[in-house]
Amino acid sequence: MSLTLEGVTRVVANETHLDEVSMILEPGSFNVLLGRTLAGKTSLMRVMAGLDQVTSGRVLMNGEDVTGLGVRQRNVAMVYQQFINYPHQTVYDNIASPLKLAKVPRKEIDVRVREVASLLHIDHLLSRKPLELSGGQQQRTAMARALVKDASLVLFDEPLVNLDYKLREEFREELGALFAARDCIVVYATTEPSEALALGGHTAVLHEGRLMQYGPTADVFRRPNTLTSAEMFSEPPMNVIGGHIHANEVTFGDDMHFALDQGLRGLGEGHFRFGVRPAHLSLSPQANDDLALDVVVDLAEISGSETFLHVHHSRGTMVAHLPGVHTFDVNQKVRLYFPIHRLYAFADDGSTLYIPGAPQRTDDVDGEVH
Amino acid sequence: MNKVRNNSAWWLVLPMLALVTFSAIVPLMTVVNYSVQDVLDPHTRYFVGVEWFVDTLNNPGLQAALARQFAFSLTILAIEVPLGIGVALLMPKRGWQASLVLILVTLPLLIPWNVVGSIWQIFTRGDIGLMGWSLRQLGYPYNITSSSIDAWATIILMDVWHWTSLIALLCYSGLQAIPEAYYQAARIDRASRWAVFRYIQLPKLTNVLVIGVLLRFMHSFMIYAEPFVLTGGGPGSSTTFLSQSLAIMATAQFDVGPSAAFSLIYFLIILLVCWVFYTAIMNLQKDRRGEGPDA
Amino acid sequence: MVDITLSGLAHSYQSSPSKDEDYAIRHMDHVWEQGGAYALLGPSGCGKSTLLNIMSGLLAPSQGDVLFDDKRVNQLPPQERNIAQVFQFPVVYDTMTVFDNLAFPLRNTGVPEAQIRERVHEVADALELTSHLKRKARNLTADEKQKVSMGRGLVRSDVAAILFDEPLTVIDPQLKFKLRRKLKEIHQRFAVTMIYVTHDQLEASTFADKIAVMYEGQIVQFGTPRELFERPAHTFVGYFIGSPGMNFLEVDMADGQVVCQGSPLAVDESVQMAIEKALSGTATVKLGIRPEFVQVSAEPGEGFIEVSMDQCQDLGTFSILSVRLGQVVLKARVEEGRTLPAQRAYIRFPPEHLGLYVDEYRVEIGGIHNKENGPHGEGNGLHGEEEA
Repeated sequence: MSLTLEGVTRVVANETHLDEVSMILEPGSFNVLLGRTLAGKTSLMRVMAGLDQVTSGRVLMNGEDVTGLGVRQRNVAMVYQQFINYPHQTVYDNIASPLKLAKVPRKEIDVRVREVASLLHIDHLLSRKPLELSGGQQQRTAMARALVKDASLVLFDEPLVNLDYKLREEFREELGALFAARDCIVVYATTEPSEALALGGHTAVLHEGRLMQYGPTADVFRRPNTLTSAEMFSEPPMNVIGGHIHANEVTFGDDMHFALDQGLRGLGEGHFRFGVRPAHLSLSPQANDDLALDVVVDLAEISGSETFLHVHHSRGTMVAHLPGVHTFDVNQKVRLYFPIHRLYAFADDGSTLYIPGAPQRTDDVDGEVH
Repeated sequence: MNKVRNNSAWWLVLPMLALVTFSAIVPLMTVVNYSVQDVLDPHTRYFVGVEWFVDTLNNPGLQAALARQFAFSLTILAIEVPLGIGVALLMPKRGWQASLVLILVTLPLLIPWNVVGSIWQIFTRGDIGLMGWSLRQLGYPYNITSSSIDAWATIILMDVWHWTSLIALLCYSGLQAIPEAYYQAARIDRASRWAVFRYIQLPKLTNVLVIGVLLRFMHSFMIYAEPFVLTGGGPGSSTTFLSQSLAIMATAQFDVGPSAAFSLIYFLIILLVCWVFYTAIMNLQKDRRGEGPDA
Repeated sequence: MVDITLSGLAHSYQSSPSKDEDYAIRHMDHVWEQGGAYALLGPSGCGKSTLLNIMSGLLAPSQGDVLFDDKRVNQLPPQERNIAQVFQFPVVYDTMTVFDNLAFPLRNTGVPEAQIRERVHEVADALELTSHLKRKARNLTADEKQKVSMGRGLVRSDVAAILFDEPLTVIDPQLKFKLRRKLKEIHQRFAVTMIYVTHDQLEASTFADKIAVMYEGQIVQFGTPRELFERPAHTFVGYFIGSPGMNFLEVDMADGQVVCQGSPLAVDESVQMAIEKALSGTATVKLGIRPEFVQVSAEPGEGFIEVSMDQCQDLGTFSILSVRLGQVVLKARVEEGRTLPAQRAYIRFPPEHLGLYVDEYRVEIGGIHNKENGPHGEGNGLHGEEEA
């Protein structure tokens, strides 16, 4: 099945929740909706599910207009942040419930429930009640219930938010494999760029109800079509610094200069916003022409295996994403190295002008989504 | 941005509107209608303006009943609210004891008003009533039909017995909703038992208490069946409250116009008192923002 | 201002515990030194909340002692312990102003009002609450409320430690950063012992100078964030810290070679000797290496072993490869820009990053030296280095 959205707009009490969203989800695709809280992820999923109606625009399934159809006519399944199960039924009955409602023969129910339960590693828990299980197991039960009915559209609304990070790691790895053999469309909402990357597939970046960019996940990450898209798909957010290109030189503020390299030369003269990924800043020079930048530490956030070094300097704040564990005192002075060959360039209106690493091809960058 | 305006949802409000019209507005309007007319017989009536209202407000009997009514309502609130909070604080929080106490506390609430009156009527009798008999044995000449003090005390006691449970239950549910962390924090801050009550429990009870006080006020202001059964409003008219005066006027004397005016005044008083009380409480909770930074 | 010592501490919620599993806290000896910034890190159900409640006095331990310096405080209730606690959900006295909230613990002990004012203003200034002092506490946002509850601990000059029980749970993600920074600042300024309980490695490592990792009722490692990452003392620490966690290979000897489930491994002589020695008993022996330190190559080479590619997760600025060595799946982190092998790959375990784990606990391998750890982060160097 394919799912097509055409100019989907939803307005509630004069507030625009979705603004002209158009996208085509291929059969069997895994799609991540990435965006901050209130970016429109849940609104979009509810429209896809038929739980909410659009204000204007069309929703097509397999080319057939289903815009006005309610959720019961659409064969969709949904998994929520909260672990939603029937508390008084066993795990087995919970998973079987959608099949019972669909009047599937008992023998077939049994086969399918056990199959899905073993896929999700809860086959040993079938006779337990949900509240006796851990959070991860409860969410597995909810997922099993969504999977068992063979829905053509499966929606996940931030399903891992309430689990601790080790469980999230496990789930992310399993999810891809779980749907590899199925031809349903999966839509998965998350606020975390790292989760989108780990899940792979396609990613749609949403911001303030608008679809900023949609494409294969790694592509969207590497080739953001706007500054907003780059900022949304980066955690910690991409560092942005304003600068001028004049003659053959780039100037940040009044004390940082460097010669234009091959890639940036095509931009011409004027004011630009340059973006550098936190992971591309380092404590030691990675190339001969790296720029040194003296900064003051705000806080070193340590994830256990990585360090996010938040700093400020005369032109604002920056984050460096360093591998390994490094400790710094608040207000400590540090020198960071800044790779001039890995700068993104954006116009003042936010559109992408230059992407480092790849040969410049304007047609790629201009492929904006409306 | 093209906005689609869809007003069809308004139709859904219609049934609700119809219901309110029939249950509240129409009867009220009938009363308003009567209150400005003198009805001599079903076919003869005159428009009298606000005459009945003036009469009612100047009627010394009714003024006295109103005063009694306020005295009664305020007295029972002054007793039932602290007592209810106290009972709630003493109730066990969990286990079978909690269930048992909960049932015992709920019992008085399950007894109908007029039955309560009858029970107490028997209870207070000097010959066979446990309380009446005991008090007399102790040497107190207890008699609710001759002593207005006895009658008053008994009615108040009866109301406290009947309704303290309501406040206690409301407070109990309010107390149960306070997270354990608050008590732990208070212990760590070395708060005294009184401070825990004053700064944790009482603030968390404010909302249920507002509901409790409003309910008890409205209820007690309209009290009818219990004193009617117990004392019949006597001795004299010492326990004749507003609703009983109204009933006498409307049914025994069939003064439709004055009783309608009386009803409206009665209604407005209750409304006014509730509004004043509610506004006062809500104002207490407001923040005094925008003041200087220093304490 | 005291050291808090846990001595032979154990706690069970059962009346007659018999086996290890009956204990929420198993035999524990630990010292929280005065003035430190500590974290107590562990998954849910590891016993960290029990330990927290024992330290604050809400729970009396079934065995062992809690000592504040030399004073046994086992039976003392919280109010007599000089301990402050910040809870998961903000606890403030709603009807009081922020000023009164902060003054409350002092007023309860009869501190003169002039002294209270001075102290409250000092703390409010440090917490950036000065402009809110006259506001009712109920109208504050969650992060402001958390600052107020922290402030109630800070105003007390007698406080031995402030315990934090997952204090950022209900704080907006955007504000968490500010509050984390504030916590660090406050610790530096007031030099009071702070113990931060959490299941989140980011919270723990960001706040604490030293972290106690708890697992099944025991502290399995007490070390700096860097030690936990580079030299996990227990396999659980290796698994729990880092994303993805450490790779563990259960090893054996066959035909004079180190093998993992039948597949031969290429390891240094010193490592092999240590393994042979460890295997002489009935112990399970594991080699541990972090994905960050596994070397991956598309070409065979000296010290490299052949593996098959299983999966590759492109995480933008780096990739996580899953490779198969026989039945065992290993993870390796590869920085961006490197060409990735397609079907067969060759991996090597640099000996300086290899850990030997006997019955889940780390054993130092003779002759292995940790490589230089870069110019930053001095002061929490690897204390284990010299032991080798």
